[in-house]
Formats: sequence, structure tokens, C-alpha cells
Amino acid sequence: MGSIFNTQQVINGLQLGSIYALIALGYTMVYGIVRLINFAHGDFFMVGAYASYGAFYIFNSFLGKGTPLAIVVLIFAMVAGGAIATLANQLAYKPLRYKPKLSSLVTALGVSMFLEYFFSAFPLIGASPLGFPEIIHRATFKIGSAMIDNYVIIDIVVAAILMVGLTLLVQRSSIGRAMRAVSQDKDASKLMGINVENIITWTFLIGGAFAGAAGLLSGMTYPRIDPYMGILPGLKAFIAAVLGGIGNIPGAMLGAYIMGLAETFANAWNSLLGAGIAFIILIIVLLVRPTAILGEKTADKI
Amino acid sequence: MSALLSIENMSHYFGGLKAVSNFNFEVPEGVIYGLIGPNGSGKTTTFNLITGIYRPTEGKILFDGREITGYRPYRIVHRGVARTFQNLRIFGNLSVLDNIRIARHFNFKAGLFGSLLRTPGALKEEKKIREESMQLLEVMHLQNRALEDAKNLPYGELRRLEIARALATKPRLLLLDEPAAGMNPKEVSDLMDLIRRIRDEFNVTVFLIEHHMKVVMGICERIKVLDFGETIAEGLPEAVGKNPKVLEAYLGKRGA
Amino acid sequence: MGKRKLPQMTLIAVLLYALIKVLSLDSIGALNGYFMIIINRSLIFVILTVSLNLINGITGQFSLGHMGFAAVGAYVSGTITTLVLKLSPDVASSYPIFIGAIILGGIGAAIMGFVIGFPSLRLKGDYLAIMTLGFGEVIRIILNNINYVGGPRGLLGIPKFSTFTIIYAFTFFTIVLIRNLVQSSHGRAMLAVRENEVAAELVGVDTTRYKVLGFVVGAFFAGIGGGLLAHLLQIATPTQYGFYASALLLVYVYAGGMGSITGSIIAAFGLTFLSQFLQLGFDSLSNMTGINFGSEWTMVIYALLLILIMLYKTEGLMGMKEAKLLVIEEGTK
Repeated sequence: MGSIFNTQQVINGLQLGSIYALIALGYTMVYGIVRLINFAHGDFFMVGAYASYGAFYIFNSFLGKGTPLAIVVLIFAMVAGGAIATLANQLAYKPLRYKPKLSSLVTALGVSMFLEYFFSAFPLIGASPLGFPEIIHRATFKIGSAMIDNYVIIDIVVAAILMVGLTLLVQRSSIGRAMRAVSQDKDASKLMGINVENIITWTFLIGGAFAGAAGLLSGMTYPRIDPYMGILPGLKAFIAAVLGGIGNIPGAMLGAYIMGLAETFANAWNSLLGAGIAFIILIIVLLVRPTAILGEKTADKI
Repeated sequence: MSALLSIENMSHYFGGLKAVSNFNFEVPEGVIYGLIGPNGSGKTTTFNLITGIYRPTEGKILFDGREITGYRPYRIVHRGVARTFQNLRIFGNLSVLDNIRIARHFNFKAGLFGSLLRTPGALKEEKKIREESMQLLEVMHLQNRALEDAKNLPYGELRRLEIARALATKPRLLLLDEPAAGMNPKEVSDLMDLIRRIRDEFNVTVFLIEHHMKVVMGICERIKVLDFGETIAEGLPEAVGKNPKVLEAYLGKRGA
Repeated sequence: MGKRKLPQMTLIAVLLYALIKVLSLDSIGALNGYFMIIINRSLIFVILTVSLNLINGITGQFSLGHMGFAAVGAYVSGTITTLVLKLSPDVASSYPIFIGAIILGGIGAAIMGFVIGFPSLRLKGDYLAIMTLGFGEVIRIILNNINYVGGPRGLLGIPKFSTFTIIYAFTFFTIVLIRNLVQSSHGRAMLAVRENEVAAELVGVDTTRYKVLGFVVGAFFAGIGGGLLAHLLQIATPTQYGFYASALLLVYVYAGGMGSITGSIIAAFGLTFLSQFLQLGFDSLSNMTGINFGSEWTMVIYALLLILIMLYKTEGLMGMKEAKLLVIEEGTK
């Protein structure tokens, strides 16, 4: 078998990391703006996967498999993810904005449980896993000793395009500037005439849309979806965001790729370690340098 | 008079900002000692350093001749230093009595199992703590409030409760952080009587930070004036009150 | 004043026990086997909820991995009775050993609580929640990978030692002991940590010690609850004790009121019964309509309940108040 650190594993790790990155961004943006660990974020990813599944069967008949269909399905996934995230924000998180932080956290748990069980209870969907259709024909080719299929490229490229887009949005657009301002200081932003609630809505919308896109990529790549599919990737993406310094957008991307690689290598070595590596990383990061990694020191003025 | 508290070459920096710079002073046993100075002059930071909330960047703190620099706050309390806070820190959802009992807690010798099983030994100690706490509430004229939730008390009583709670730890040195803040003139003069009475009845040394000139000049026997982390005057109230540097810094004549 | 409360509680507990026992007699038949199962589950959930409340509501920390502690209790006691000693519930002399195994499970969980309590010294609020979640998941993953205890399939064929009497007795002692603790000097120190950590430290409370103590004692009783559950259901699987089971316990604690033992007791009974009635309702709905309404709908309602509590009644049913019966003396919480 040789070393576990071979090209194949690196590629697999980057592919997984791309999916984590899209989810981690939503976590980190929402945390940056409203200081909420949105437990339901992984479920927005799940909603995106189911929306893609539905969109495939609606449009397959007149578009046929291939790139145009994939783009339509991607748009559907992103709209669904964005819509559900915005809805959750409006109905569940907004009323608790100025209540203790833990109230929102527990509410987020409630939203997460609700989405998962509602999807598994809903007759058309159900708790049992569904096989995800092939939207684009899968083709495998060989580079050196590594087997690569076109899905690897799709995952990595789509994630990269979206992330570049987000970076431009945050750096260049007025919404992006407002987002950065709000994440620095909510009250000062308000005084500067920024509509803070508006910016929070945008943040949920974008974060949810990215999670939805990740849902599609994950469905295509690992072709099985179920209502609970968001739990573990959600947690791992969150851990990636913590690893990169939560609230920090490039940090979340970097953390996600590290997470994807670490998990792939660990899995190749030992499946127990593979399953636990994310949590081990979490525990180490939080124990060793909680304040540094979280990027901010919470001062308790005495 | 020997020094109960002595601070030697103490400095503290937040990042690059110096909050307290090369402090040296002694609080003699038995006096009412006042530390005054404008906002941001390092008063509360000094209290936070003495009580172990911050660890001084440089220097030493000695209490009763023994070093307490870098001790965890609760251990400093056990040594005999208690304090109140500028913005009240009451256990609001607990009863007034419980607020006091918690401060008597560290004398509680019964272990976990004693409490779980309510052994006679543990119950006897609980009874003693309750009695002592009620006595203290009586001295502070709070006995009628004992069973109320602390958060329901009016402001003046909360201030008294906080002092009572500090006294419940049986301190030798009591640090009061702006005790007169938010009080009307009548309450201020009651407070001054109370502080004197506490010093005499509980035999404690009082060290207070205050904005209120009347309080400081009225009850303090020794005064130290700070400005931007440095001492500009020190001594008896009459002398300090006439010091031109103090008048300038404290009464804000600078630039006028 | 304090002297009278325990006998009074004991008396009521004994009467309640006798009442349930009589009503469940075959000749009376008011409480059939189905009801007894619900009552047994409710009692175990009382233990789990009260013990979580000690950590989250009383000490003001936040555990999202509480079922991890219960898992340790379930697997330790289950391994002893099932795999090591191969005890049989038909032999009267094996009951004391079973009780010993349950307590050992509690001790195992307490050790885990000690380990997990340490992060609470550095982390607060949401990060502590995430950390405990991480630890809970690590416990689950490890159990998944130990073949000796069945791996992902779980520990099967656990003897059915958890009788109503045993569960009832353990629940009673859990309530009494935790009540005693909370209303003691040590308990007040824990409450002080919840109310204001800085102030607690500055009136001489060793906050480090009391945070860890909250985790250790809470975990101990969770381990007891887990052990009893395993010997009631006769199976322990890693998924039973996963993150969502822990999250579900939060619904119970919040519904009853953070910091109220009384609230936790009422919530554990109320919600366990509610879930059974909802199940019956959905079953008959399925029969009537021909559409299958699965058990997931119950969970949908629980999730909505949690959201609604957080939005409209954060203090839960009881807030921080206790029933008179559980208050040892006035002026204590």
C-alpha cells in the first residue's frame, strides 16, 4: 500500500475539504456577525441536498443529464439553502438577538432537531436514505498512480469559484464592507447608519446558499442522502471554522482543507482515528489556545 | 502602626498600555485609607491587582508581611482581604441570607458526603453559618430582608448587602470600590457613618476608592492621589486637599 | 425545621410507591404492563434530567454530552452483569451485585465527569457546550469500536434487573441526595458560580473546584441512570447515547426550568408520558388515514416545543423555584 500520504489521499482530502469549506464559511460568517454557533447549519446542507434531488427529477426530463442541468440544480440547492437559513433566522434567532447567548444556541439545537425529524417524518421524504442520481456522467481517469474522477474536479472547482466570489463580495461590495463593520462592532455600525438586521439576513442567506451548494456536491460525490446527513459534516465544518479562528473567512477555508486532509489521512491509517480525529482536533484546539484561536478575548469588565 | 498591606514597585500593563506604573505604598493597620484620582487613573486596576483578578506585570504585594502576588483570588480572600465592586455583583437570584452564607462558606469544614447525607456534623456547621449570617444581617439592618431574592432589594440596600457579604468573609482588610456611587446626600452621610462603624466594630482596615470628595475628605485618615497611573500626592487629608497638583488633576483645572 | 422534611418526603415516597404497586396488581389492573414501562422510563429520565440540571442549571456550566456519561454507566454496569459475571435476574442473590455494578457505573461516569469538567475551567457558554459535545462524541466513537461490547450493534442480552422497585429507590435517593447537596454550603457555592463567577471567587469560593464538582456529581448520577436504562431496555448501543439524546435531555431541563429539581421531575414525567400519548395519537391517525405517521413526528413536536420554550418561556415551568416538599428550610434555593 505504501505511505498513507500519497497523491490519492491528498486529492481525496482536498475534495472533502472543499465540501467542508463551503459549510464552514456559513458557520464562521454567522458567528462573526451574531456570535451564534448555528447548530442547524449542517441541516441547511441537508436541505440543499434534498432540494437538488427534487430539482433533478423536475428538470431531468427536459434538460437531460449534463452541465446545464447541473447548473440549474446548483441554483436550486443554493436558493433552498439560503431560503431555509433566512427563515430560521427570522423565526427563531431574530427574536432572541439580545437575550443570553445560550438561549440562541439551544434554539439552534431545536431548529436542527426540527429540520431533521421533519424531513424524516415527512411522507414524501422519509427517514431511510435515498440514492442520489447521477447528474453528470461520472468518468474516471488516472494521473500517475492516483485514480481521479471528474467529480473531484467539479467539487474543488465549484467550491473555489464560490469562495473567490465570496471573497470579492466581502472585500469589494458595500454589503461586504457593512458585514465587516457589523462583525467588528454592532452598535457602532448602527450609528453609522448600517441596517444591522439587513446585514444579518444577508449573512444567513449567503451562508445557507453555500451550505446548499455543499449539499449538492456531497450528494453527487457520495451518492446517498438522508435527513441526518448534515450532523457530522456540520460538526466537522464547525470544528474547521474553530480551527481557522471562528469569524475569520480565510481561516475557515484553510481550516476546512486541513480538516479534510487530516480526516482522509487518519481514515487511511485507522478507521477509529478517522471517525474521532475531528473531535480530537476540536478538544486540542480549545484546550490549548482557546482565546487565540477564537480570535477575540471576552473581557469581563470589573 | 505596622503596614497591613504593602505594595512594592507594582506595575501593570494591558498590552502596551500601562495602567499602573511603579506603585509603592503601605496601608497601615486600622486606618481608613482613601485612593482617589480621575477616571482611568488606575484605581480599579489597583484593586483588581490586590485581589488577584490580574497578576501584576512587575512588583510585589504583601499582606500582613506575607507575599500574595499571583495568588488565586479566593485564596487572597482566605488570607483576609475582601472587596466590593463598583458595579454591584450580587447573587441576584439567591436570597439575601444565601448571599451572606456563601461568603461564610470557606469556613465550612464538612466534606461533600457530609452535605449529601446531611450528617450531624455538617448540619451543626450549617446551623452555625446561618446564625452568624443572621447576626451580620442584623448589624447591617438587613435582617428583615433575609429571605427575599437579593435582586428585589432597592439600590441602597444592595450596596449594604455587598458590604455585608464582604464582611462575612471575616476580612482584616476591606476594599470598597466607589461605595458612594449613585447615592443621594442622605445615603452618603449614612454610608460614612457605616464605614466608620464597620472599622470600629469589625476591627478591619478600610481601603476605599472614591470619586466623591466629601466622603474621602470626611472619613479617610490617609489619602493617596493618582493620575494616569502615577502617584501625585499622598498623606493626611488636609495636606492633600491643598496640594496644587491635586487641585489641578482632580478638579480638572488643566487646560482651563 | 430541617428535621421534619426528610421523613415527610420519605413518607410520601413510600405511599406513592405502595399506590403504584397496588394499582399495578393483576387483580386490580389499573396500571398495566404498558403503563409500568412508561413509569419506569419516566423515573430514569428523572435521574438523567436532575443530574443534567445540576451541571447546567445549578452550577451554570453547559453540558451537551450528558448522555455520554449515561453511556459510561450503561456500558460499565452492563459489561459487569452481562459479560463478566453473566448474572441472571432469576437468582435473588445477584441483585446486590447488580446494585454494586450500577454504582460502579456511576463511579466510572464520575471519573469521566472529572476529565470533562476540566475544559469548563477555561471555556464558557457556547464553547463549553461544543467541547462537551466533542467529548460525548468521542465516547460514542470509542464504544463503536470496542468489539468486546458489541461495537456499533451494541451490548445485547443485558439481563433485565431494573425492576420498578429498584428504579424507584434509585430515583428517590438521587432526588434526596441532589436536593441535600444543592441546599448545603457546597451547593450554595455552586449556585454562586452560576450567578457571578467573579463575585463567587472574591467571596472565597474556589470556583475551579465547584465547577469540576458539578460535573463529577452530575456525571455520577447520569451514570446511574444509564446503568438502570440499560438493564431496563436490555440493550445499550452507542447511538442511544449520542448527541441527539443529550440534546433531548436539554428539552427536559429547559421545559422544567433551569435550576429547579422540581421542574426536572415534572418535565421528565410529563414529557415521557406526552411522547407515549403522541405516539398513540399518531398511530391511530395512521390507522384512520392510511398514511403512516412515524415516531419522528413526536420528535418534531419536541423540537418545536424546545424552540417555543426558548422564544416565549425561557424560565420553563418552574423557573428556579422548588416545590415546598423539596425545600429543607426557608430562604434556600
